[in-house]
Amino acid sequence: MIFSNNEIFETVQMIESEHLDVRTITMGISLRDCPTGDVSSTCNRIYDKIMRCAGKLVETGNAIAEEYGIPIIHKRIAVTPIALVAEATDAEHYLKFAETLEKAAVNTGVNFIGGFSALVEKGATPGDLRLIRSLPQALSSTERVCGSINLGTTKSGINMDIVAEMGRIIKETAEATADRDGIGCAKLVVFCNAPSDNPFMAGAFHGVGEPDCQINVGISGPGVVKSALEQVKGEPIDVVAETIKRTAFKITRAGQLVASEASRRLGFPFGIVDLSLAPTPVVGDSVAYILEEMGLESVGAPGTTAALALLNDAVKKGGIMASSHVGGLSGAFIPVSEDAGMIKAVECGALSLEKLEAMTCVCSVGLDMIAVPGDTPASTLSGIIADEAAIGMINQKTTAVRIIPVPGKKVGEKVVFGGLLGEAPVMPVNRFSCEGLISRGGRLPAPVHSFKN
Amino acid sequence: MTAIVTVIGKDHKGIIASVSNCMSENEINILDISQTIMQDYFTMIMLVDLTDTKLEIVEIRENLDTLGNDLKVRISLTHQDVFDAMHRI
Repeated sequence: MIFSNNEIFETVQMIESEHLDVRTITMGISLRDCPTGDVSSTCNRIYDKIMRCAGKLVETGNAIAEEYGIPIIHKRIAVTPIALVAEATDAEHYLKFAETLEKAAVNTGVNFIGGFSALVEKGATPGDLRLIRSLPQALSSTERVCGSINLGTTKSGINMDIVAEMGRIIKETAEATADRDGIGCAKLVVFCNAPSDNPFMAGAFHGVGEPDCQINVGISGPGVVKSALEQVKGEPIDVVAETIKRTAFKITRAGQLVASEASRRLGFPFGIVDLSLAPTPVVGDSVAYILEEMGLESVGAPGTTAALALLNDAVKKGGIMASSHVGGLSGAFIPVSEDAGMIKAVECGALSLEKLEAMTCVCSVGLDMIAVPGDTPASTLSGIIADEAAIGMINQKTTAVRIIPVPGKKVGEKVVFGGLLGEAPVMPVNRFSCEGLISRGGRLPAPVHSFKN
Repeated sequence: MTAIVTVIGKDHKGIIASVSNCMSENEINILDISQTIMQDYFTMIMLVDLTDTKLEIVEIRENLDTLGNDLKVRISLTHQDVFDAMHRI
């Protein structure tokens, strides 16, 4: 036999009982050739181009999964930030663009389409502002469209005017979807240092500088890493790091295989493999449980940030050699509602918003899928966004905020979004105000270490 | 394409015969086979060639699942490329 029994059973076990899968094949599509000046014909061209490029995406993804025996959970689409496309038309409101994306998502069969986005880290054009103001309606009247706003970079600093605006927009989006516990906010990400080739939702968009169309793949496998660590109980921490590296290498090789095959069959270039460990609400598919396996009673306990730093770094070291191009977010995700272990930690009082913020200093992506009381002031949401953006800006990494002020709900209550978005306990927020800081507006200057030229 | 089939379950008579028969019926050629009993558990690994089969891979998996249920064993079929990717640099 060309493989040893151990090698064979290890792989089969990863797939069958440890939830090894490829989390997403995301097709990035440029819409820069679509604007005509007129809204209607531009939307027609957008729809036609998406259908032309991604018409066979779902079918091809399913065929690869069947043939190779590795589940591919999501097939998704990311497009050029719509603000860049829509600004070249006479539209006053961009809802029609969101509806076009929704129609294309439904008819290609993808479950999410990302790119109802604007890049405003240094300043916003009239088109960017129109997009931002269209967000509450666009996200409440569509199911599959995801939006994102990049409001800071290490090079440009942080756009505090937009920080203030996004606090209000998140509140409005929650109110517009109050009947569904503010689910609109689960499709809206606010970024600092947003990557232009991220395959993961809700923050995916096809950035400027990317080719016309390409295939990006997001791997997964928290369950596989946890199982590997169960074999090294009590060993020194460097053994833990080595074990994670080796496991991440194997997971990523499977992702690279799927990415190359998808690229070949669809006829579009391969972009990147994103090395993120992405959890799902399924028990056994949790990043929190990996950290607990390292020796924490619960995620959130002292030592959590160190354990997460090790995990994030080891996953990268293992993954980089396994793929020809890595990119996207590439880090451990810690979304509260989508990770059974994180939910448990919040419910038992081990994990607070402040500890989560500390954890985001050492991993992607940021405060993700966090439910807070519906009466949280917009300026407080803005303050949370500013803090995260500052962490990203200073540390030259991506950070993001996806926060849901759940209308009518208070601390201790639970919100259930269902499916992959999971369920989240409503977390307490610091009650002291930052209104004075946020209402100043302006631009927070870029840090001194960003000037490297 | 070549694939690796694994069969794991409590040992009893006729497992190899039934699985091999299923391969033959589906025109799947067995290239290599290795079998052992570990603590009463039957484990078998087969390297198979799917070039001549007329079935879609989904149908083969369905047939193997049905057979696995009948034999009370777990049967998996995975493309060889996956093992190459994970275990060979």
